[in-house]
Amino acid sequence: MSETTDNVKGTSTKQRTSNNPLLIWLKKNWGTLLLLAGLILFPYIFSLISGTPVSEGPPKFWQGQFIVIFIMAVYAMSYDLLLGYTGVLSFGHAAFFGGGAYAMALFITHVAPNIISSYRITLGSVNVTEAILVLVGFVLAVGVSVVLGLLFSAVSARVKGAYFAMITLAMAEAIHILSKATDFVEWTGADEGLHGVPIPAWINPTQFRLRFYFVALAFAVIMYLVTRRIVNSPTGRIFVALRENESRVQMIGYNPAVYRSIAFIVAAVIAGLAGGLYALWTMSATPTMTGSGLTMDALIMSILGGIGALTGPMLGAVLMEFLGHFFYQWFGARWPLVFGVIFIALVIFLPYGIVGTWQLRSRQVQQGWRRLLRPLRIEKQSE
Amino acid sequence: MNNQATKRDVILEAQHLRKEFGGLVAVADVSAKIYARTLHSIIGPNGAGKTTLFNLLSGTLPPTRGQVIFKGKDITHLPPHKMAHLGLGRSFQITNIFPNLTVLENIRLSAQAVGGDNFKLFHHYTRYHAYSEKAQRVIARVGLQGSELALARNLAHGQKRKLELGIMLASDPQVLLLDEPTAGMSSEQVPELLAILRQIMEEDDKTIVLVEHRMDMVMSISDFITVMHQGKVLAEGTPGEITANETVQKAYLGALYGDLGSAA
Ligand SMILES: Nc1ncnc2c1ncn2[C@@H]1O[C@H](COP(=O)(O)OP(=O)(O)O)[C@@H](O)[C@H]1O
Ligand SMILES: [Mg+2]
Repeated sequence: MSETTDNVKGTSTKQRTSNNPLLIWLKKNWGTLLLLAGLILFPYIFSLISGTPVSEGPPKFWQGQFIVIFIMAVYAMSYDLLLGYTGVLSFGHAAFFGGGAYAMALFITHVAPNIISSYRITLGSVNVTEAILVLVGFVLAVGVSVVLGLLFSAVSARVKGAYFAMITLAMAEAIHILSKATDFVEWTGADEGLHGVPIPAWINPTQFRLRFYFVALAFAVIMYLVTRRIVNSPTGRIFVALRENESRVQMIGYNPAVYRSIAFIVAAVIAGLAGGLYALWTMSATPTMTGSGLTMDALIMSILGGIGALTGPMLGAVLMEFLGHFFYQWFGARWPLVFGVIFIALVIFLPYGIVGTWQLRSRQVQQGWRRLLRPLRIEKQSE
Repeated sequence: MNNQATKRDVILEAQHLRKEFGGLVAVADVSAKIYARTLHSIIGPNGAGKTTLFNLLSGTLPPTRGQVIFKGKDITHLPPHKMAHLGLGRSFQITNIFPNLTVLENIRLSAQAVGGDNFKLFHHYTRYHAYSEKAQRVIARVGLQGSELALARNLAHGQKRKLELGIMLASDPQVLLLDEPTAGMSSEQVPELLAILRQIMEEDDKTIVLVEHRMDMVMSISDFITVMHQGKVLAEGTPGEITANETVQKAYLGALYGDLGSAA
């Protein structure tokens, strides 16, 4: 259909523009770019509409909501790498997020002050000691995540299905208990967690909310691009093959245990980085961040949005935060009950999640539009 | 077939293989030599132990006793994922593919497995042209042109069997182990696939081990035949020798009559 119309209208200018790689790229990604532009402008537009300065009142509040959404979107996306791409149902994802958060918070609270008091790193005339220490915090979060990812995949390598899920749950629970343990109360604050983590003033989320908003947005964009590249890499294709048919993967010469471990480590690192940023945002690390509730959140966000497409869980994160906010206003403390009912309805009516169902239906919708437009096109040509 | 001329070096050998499932002896002391660049068929009625022998040869199951020797090397206890790298490929009696991936991707993944770019996390997979190109060649070889972008699960049964063969070919095996590759195919499709197999063996210098329970089908294309019955080797030889063998005629055909009747 479209080919024939192209031929009819195929002027030389049209051909030239469609050969320009930049234009092709823009045409393919305009939706994403529009969304990105919208998110960059959001604080200012919101401030204009509400008539309040960008760093006060409702604009500031909604920037905060979005910061949480960005971080949770990355966290949910990392879970989808396991569940949707590799076909691994793990009940221990909070361990990675919490591990990253604790790595960051412990380092900033207990180690960084000593370094700041005795060292000074400058770049030109700018003191970058604090910035470097935050980066070191992220590196530590990555290190902890790699270790946890290895541990999870090693312990669960030989079990499948429900047993696998149970073992990951048990291990995450062990990490959770460790984070609450009174033995380390001086370091971790035990049940209370670590609060008032002395993060650098220039990134303080209360004072510089807008700055933190852009940091979190950049973080989400970068993590999305990196993860998208990973799932389309030679290794990422093996993850998908593992999901499809593990015994076949083995027969064509891949060791499933190796690739499942890589998937675990990559997912753990992404979740750990999200946890590290979350620790900066809340200036804390608490046992909730290692708890099974957060693992359930990852599962719910993934299923809500649709697994097996990175944008699905990200959309799930957006929905969950928004619904959580408004449902709390409308239904008070009972909101999880309402949310639960809606969630069950969604799973029944949209079994592939929102993005998954959209992908399945979009072709039908397109065909519908074409059928609708066909008479118009013929008229146009005969003019 | 000119059998004496094709009897060259032994590439794969089963030595006194035995497999028990609980009390049941599925394979009892089977020894067999497979010669390089030949098409060797293993036949026998259902339940004779062919698939079990196959699983032993391909490392899918550990034997209770005995060894598997591939190119002079004992491979009995190697894990299955090492086999493809050595040059030993297998297909399954029950279609075993990646249902939600395209035909091209099914085969490309197999080419990539032995190509060694498996630990590249930050490059796009389409940058590795060699694997897609090889997959395209394999697709032409097994006659799946035009279906490259179809999802594997949407293929017709006969095409799935071809895909199965293609997945195996893409890893460049020297020896192809095929368990009833024509299972479930209509009788018109069978000769085409058998011709493809024979062609692969002759033109690409491969060794093919073929399991079949329908004797008539393999007679014309095999160089050697091993007849199994109740877990044991009943007879071995060229198609001519097997046809002339009286024990085979009695035991095998007797056991098979009901089977053939139902298949026909
Ligand atoms: N995994 C298994 N567990 C128990 N018995 C098995 C198993 N696999 C095969 N058998 C038995 O071993 C015998 C040989 O089976 P099989 O090798 O599949 O024969 P064929 O492929 O020649 O039809 C049959 O009696 C079958 O029931
Ligand atoms: Mg069988």
